[in-house]
Amino acid sequence: MKSLSKILFLVLLIFGQAFSAVKTPELLNVSYDPTREFYKEFNAEFVKYWKEINNETIKIRQSHGGAAKQARAVIDGLKADVVTLALAYDIDVISQRTGLLPADWRSRLANNSCPYTSTIVFLVRKGNPRKIYDWDDLLQPGLEVITPNPKTSGGARWNYLAAWGYALKRALGHLDHLENVNPDEMKMAEGKAFEFVSVLYKHVPVLDAGARGATNTFVQRGIGDVLLAWENEAFLSINELGPDKFEIVVPSLSILAEPPVTLVDKNAEKHDAKRVATAYLSYLYSPVGQRLAAKYYYRPAYPQFADEEDLARFPDLDLFTVDEVFGGWQIAQEKHFNDGGVFDTIYLK
Amino acid sequence: MRRRSWKQHSVLPGFGLSLGYTLLYLGLIVLLPLSALILKSIDLGWNGFWEIIGSERVLRSYQLTLSTSFFAALINAVFGFIIAWFLVRVRFIGKRIIDALIDLPFALPTAVSGIALTTIYSRNGWIGAPLESLGIHVAFTPIGITIAMILVGLPFVVRTVQPAIEELEVELEEASLSLGAGRWKTFTKVMLPMLLPSLLTGFALAFARAIGEYGSVVFIAGNMPMKTEISSLLIITKLEQYDYAGATAIAIGMLIISFILLFSINLLQSWSSRRLKGI
Repeated sequence: MKSLSKILFLVLLIFGQAFSAVKTPELLNVSYDPTREFYKEFNAEFVKYWKEINNETIKIRQSHGGAAKQARAVIDGLKADVVTLALAYDIDVISQRTGLLPADWRSRLANNSCPYTSTIVFLVRKGNPRKIYDWDDLLQPGLEVITPNPKTSGGARWNYLAAWGYALKRALGHLDHLENVNPDEMKMAEGKAFEFVSVLYKHVPVLDAGARGATNTFVQRGIGDVLLAWENEAFLSINELGPDKFEIVVPSLSILAEPPVTLVDKNAEKHDAKRVATAYLSYLYSPVGQRLAAKYYYRPAYPQFADEEDLARFPDLDLFTVDEVFGGWQIAQEKHFNDGGVFDTIYLK
Repeated sequence: MRRRSWKQHSVLPGFGLSLGYTLLYLGLIVLLPLSALILKSIDLGWNGFWEIIGSERVLRSYQLTLSTSFFAALINAVFGFIIAWFLVRVRFIGKRIIDALIDLPFALPTAVSGIALTTIYSRNGWIGAPLESLGIHVAFTPIGITIAMILVGLPFVVRTVQPAIEELEVELEEASLSLGAGRWKTFTKVMLPMLLPSLLTGFALAFARAIGEYGSVVFIAGNMPMKTEISSLLIITKLEQYDYAGATAIAIGMLIISFILLFSINLLQSWSSRRLKGI
């Protein structure tokens, strides 16, 4: 009898939870890995803000993981109200496969729907013993470069494209209006870029499955002379592991890493969260959101709202975008990273 | 008489109920997800399926996964047997602790064991560094993959062989010894045949576990295309490209191979236990 009442109590508890969950409005933000710390603080701020202006307590649930894995979860039915992922391609796929949000989602928010951006930098060992200052220095004989597998890691795709863009610029002299470059010249330049990237990947001893794995390989195992990393992750690693062990080197040219955010319209509409979700996303662009983004080492879309000392950490460098150089993520993904793409030929030739 | 051809007479009642229950349960837990898997790959068509399965990269990954799994299971069969023997036959203080340690790989999240192994076997690790100076690379090679598989497979062998050793009748051993057979002969001719069925089961379980292993292997494998890419990694790679059909094709190929292998091990096992009953 005693155990029966226990079970009954448990059942009531579970149902009770379910019912109470219906009462407080909830928001599910499906994000990628390194935003964990940022969104933890941002969500707390937003809940406070919402309470102040609407006198309503809301609950924000967060989910983190590899970007493509998170996108697949949403495709397979995870009821995300907003997605904040590592690259536009993953959100494009959600839109194409499910129709939960319109195809032109990127134009809905400012700055291509990126409230914050980052770039690819080099993390080297303290004192920079191998004298690495720019992309060319990565091809020194015997030097080991750590970067994850672009087939499985979104972050690694940015690394690869940054290297490709650099080599392309070296061959062409510029990256402006590539659509106007004469096709023969472009072909020659792409050949050189392929050569550069092929040699670069010959310097990669391990292709970790994800960005965190690659950081581990470099930091904990002591393998490699340089780690290609997102700027915000490089700062986080230095913070966690002590500035006496590593330093950041900023190359002359890199890629503008644009992690976009968007509303998943149909999910949010279905459980009456559209108003909160929209406010949540625009709050990312508010002074509070921008200040926090800079605090967590993302480059804010509106630097005027960020703290001076946070901004001082970001050195100036030339940045190109995926749209300018590769014609967008869909094309880049198909040409370079899908099976049989350029990346595969590096290893299969 | 005709009914007995598919149902052996038993004094236990409820045959229909228990058969129905077994089929329903297996259907829900095992067959339903598997058929979903096959359905997902159906839009590839026969040719598309073979094109993926037959590509050099996938074939290499099958070869790597199967050979490392096989060696891992083999090593586990030998050393797991010794450990099981030791745990049953030798009494000492702290035996319970060692006994509990065996199960640890069951409970450990595989990513944790992967990271731990990589730490130890990479070139600045405790074991990796001395081996490196001997010119043996472990982490990021097939050897590393095998070691990760050994770790996750060990409990399967120990836990299946242990009860069999416990049930061995000491009288048989004594009889064999008193009738003039040496220790080695007693072991190989009297005891090993009795333990063989459970050893084979343990081997099969460890082998199957190794084939499906992803979490711990990716950390130590290095994931270099054509060299240290296991099949599960290729499946993940396909999924990252949102190529569900391609991923399931690789999985089905793996499944068929594993099923054939496990089925033959099972046949071998039932053959050896039938032989045992015949003695």
